[in-house]
Amino acid sequence: MSDTHAQTVAYVRDTMTEQREPPLSQTGAYKWILGNMLSTPLNVILTIGSLWVIWSVLSHVLPWAVLGIWNADSLSACRAIRTEIYGADASVACWAVISERWPQLLFGFYPPEGYWRPVLAFALFIAAIAPILFASLPRKMLWLTVASPFVMFWLIWGGTVWAPICIALGFVIGWAAIRVAGPRIGALGSILLAILVPVLYWVVIAGPLASGLSAILPIGLDQVASRDMGGFMLALIIGIAGIVLSLPLGIVLALGRQSDLFLINKVSVIFIEVIRGVPLIVWLFTASLLLNYFLPPGTNFDLMLRVIIMVTLFSSAYIAEVVRGGLAALPKGQYEAGAALGLDYWKSMRLVVLPQALKISIPGIVNTFIGLFKDTTLVVFIGLLDPIGLSNAIRASTEWNGIYWELFVFIGLCFFIFCFSMGRYSLFLEKKLRREHR
Amino acid sequence: MKNTVLLGALTVAGLAAGTAGAATLDDVKARGTLNCGVSTGLTGFSAPDANGVWQGFDVAVCRAVAAAVLGDPMAVNFVPTTGQTRFTALASGEIDILARNTTWTFSRDVDLKFEFVGVNYYDGQGFMVPKALGVSSAKELDGATVCIQTGTTTELNLADFFRVNNINYEPVPIETNAEAQQQYLAGACDVYTTDASGLASTRASFEAPTDHVILPEIISKEPLGPLVRHGDSEWGDVVRWSFNALVAAEEYGVTSANIEELSASAGDNPELNRLLGAEGELGAMLGLEPDWAKKAIMANGNYGEIFEKTIGEKTPIGLSRGLNAQWTEGGLLYSPPFR
Repeated sequence: MSDTHAQTVAYVRDTMTEQREPPLSQTGAYKWILGNMLSTPLNVILTIGSLWVIWSVLSHVLPWAVLGIWNADSLSACRAIRTEIYGADASVACWAVISERWPQLLFGFYPPEGYWRPVLAFALFIAAIAPILFASLPRKMLWLTVASPFVMFWLIWGGTVWAPICIALGFVIGWAAIRVAGPRIGALGSILLAILVPVLYWVVIAGPLASGLSAILPIGLDQVASRDMGGFMLALIIGIAGIVLSLPLGIVLALGRQSDLFLINKVSVIFIEVIRGVPLIVWLFTASLLLNYFLPPGTNFDLMLRVIIMVTLFSSAYIAEVVRGGLAALPKGQYEAGAALGLDYWKSMRLVVLPQALKISIPGIVNTFIGLFKDTTLVVFIGLLDPIGLSNAIRASTEWNGIYWELFVFIGLCFFIFCFSMGRYSLFLEKKLRREHR
Repeated sequence: MKNTVLLGALTVAGLAAGTAGAATLDDVKARGTLNCGVSTGLTGFSAPDANGVWQGFDVAVCRAVAAAVLGDPMAVNFVPTTGQTRFTALASGEIDILARNTTWTFSRDVDLKFEFVGVNYYDGQGFMVPKALGVSSAKELDGATVCIQTGTTTELNLADFFRVNNINYEPVPIETNAEAQQQYLAGACDVYTTDASGLASTRASFEAPTDHVILPEIISKEPLGPLVRHGDSEWGDVVRWSFNALVAAEEYGVTSANIEELSASAGDNPELNRLLGAEGELGAMLGLEPDWAKKAIMANGNYGEIFEKTIGEKTPIGLSRGLNAQWTEGGLLYSPPFR
């Protein structure tokens, strides 16, 4: 059989053909464009239409932005330079306002010789937050995290170095109270003690102690008043303080809302509903206007501090609801498992429930933070000079009166960078903590 | 930042909290700085320059008062206030004096319990239109769209004016002057109306200012002036006479250039001698140094010099004196005698 067959076939290939590149129409960008953009007549029309829209936007915006003028000391100088280079009809940006007012947009009226202080404080913040955000960093860096709020406060506001140290001492005292008295008087008693003793210390001892120490050893930086801070520094201070303070407060409120204790439960519910039910701008007006009437006349309660408190309370109510969503999403078995292991309430929350609930809540929490950070621009309505407020002030000078888009584009871009990186971090965290599908 | 900001600032606030009683003058002297409420930004009247130093016509009033009281025109804390926060800031004692182009009205003076110490700028509401519209009087604006800032007296004045003249208009509500400029230039409205000084500074910022005209009609009275709290007349007197000193100085020809020479020795003009502290005890009556008025005038010059420097015809804003000329030159500025 095989013999006869061998006679009938003229040629038998004894090697494989070489692999060849797929045809051009089946690979790369060409295929993708053909398949996704030009596959049907409707798609062809849509593609051409979209290209036209993109082109008509970019052809106006790009030359305007790229050809912009960076060196001028007023809007009219900008216009003169433009007329000289591009002719009178051209429309180009006048970025010179940014380059001239750059320090002001960043720091407000902070004394120029002290610019290194907020910059250093911000760098410190990055270093302090890093071990919390990225678990791969050495744990010893957490000590930096603990110390950083006090150092940052001192760097930004200045004054004697002893004030933040004496305040920090109060926390040490509170911690010591828990450690020493805890085993003897039980959990609730030691928590009360850890609140009462430091508060007494702050009210009675801390002030005289700090002034006494600074009289002996006068180390300190020049004091800078809150009203001198503005621009992105103000937005960042309010935003970061609000974010850092509102997360723990929000978690406590969420736990309180789930609590079986009548009083704690109702207080949390009322707090959350009242704060959440009123617009932030109303709370800001309350902080800046109404409080003035309630406080004794002459009390000089720092406006920035009032704003930070209001922003914190406002976003903690939102965080509480986000975290409550995470808590509700956990199966009841997890709570029961914690109890079955013999853990008390705080331990089961800390070790079993919250890590899972917070993981579920990450997108919601970051969402709230981004909202909070952008909401800091609302302080413009109570006369604080945040970036938007400063853009009004800059526009009010005779040099830059009439400039509009450049400032808003710049401010928008800066906010975008901050908010986008927060969003990216949240995505990274979600990926890292994904346990179910491993 | 945790609790530190809160607690730290509480401590600071607690330590710094003085007792602002009725005697504002004593408080200011003890504090060493004057707390002055200004606008967050109004061209020519108050705005921070590139170095963060506040400049402008309203700002100059604060500097003159600071110079008179403390001897240093730079010893001023400027507190930016918005239209909503200005009166509370003054009433609560956060600021000692409000110089924020605030119109002196009956209800603000009487009902809100403030004391206007004078008028540093006589303003009035006007209209600006593109020349191409071919309008020469506000009465020809029948059916026009009008850009107007919401929640201001200008809105009410406008409604009154059009009703009285029995013509129609369509309001385009806008929030800020900057927004108004954009809307007006984009053609969203035919007419822009606000205080005449604001119109002038807005027009000055346009690419082609000559393509726009400010119509002759001024439809309201807007006397703008600095104000203080009710109930502390001594402080009110200090601010009032510091401002009057600026006005009187222009009337008597005292400028920042010749004030040293004039005050070096008592001259022939007794009123001038009293003003500059060479004769009489006017300073002591106010509780100030004898040369208080001299320092106030030296801060930024007399009223006319301040006007020329900040909003006058040589600046981009280019306002003429008009009603704000001395009474001897047909204006309304009239300082009571220093006697």
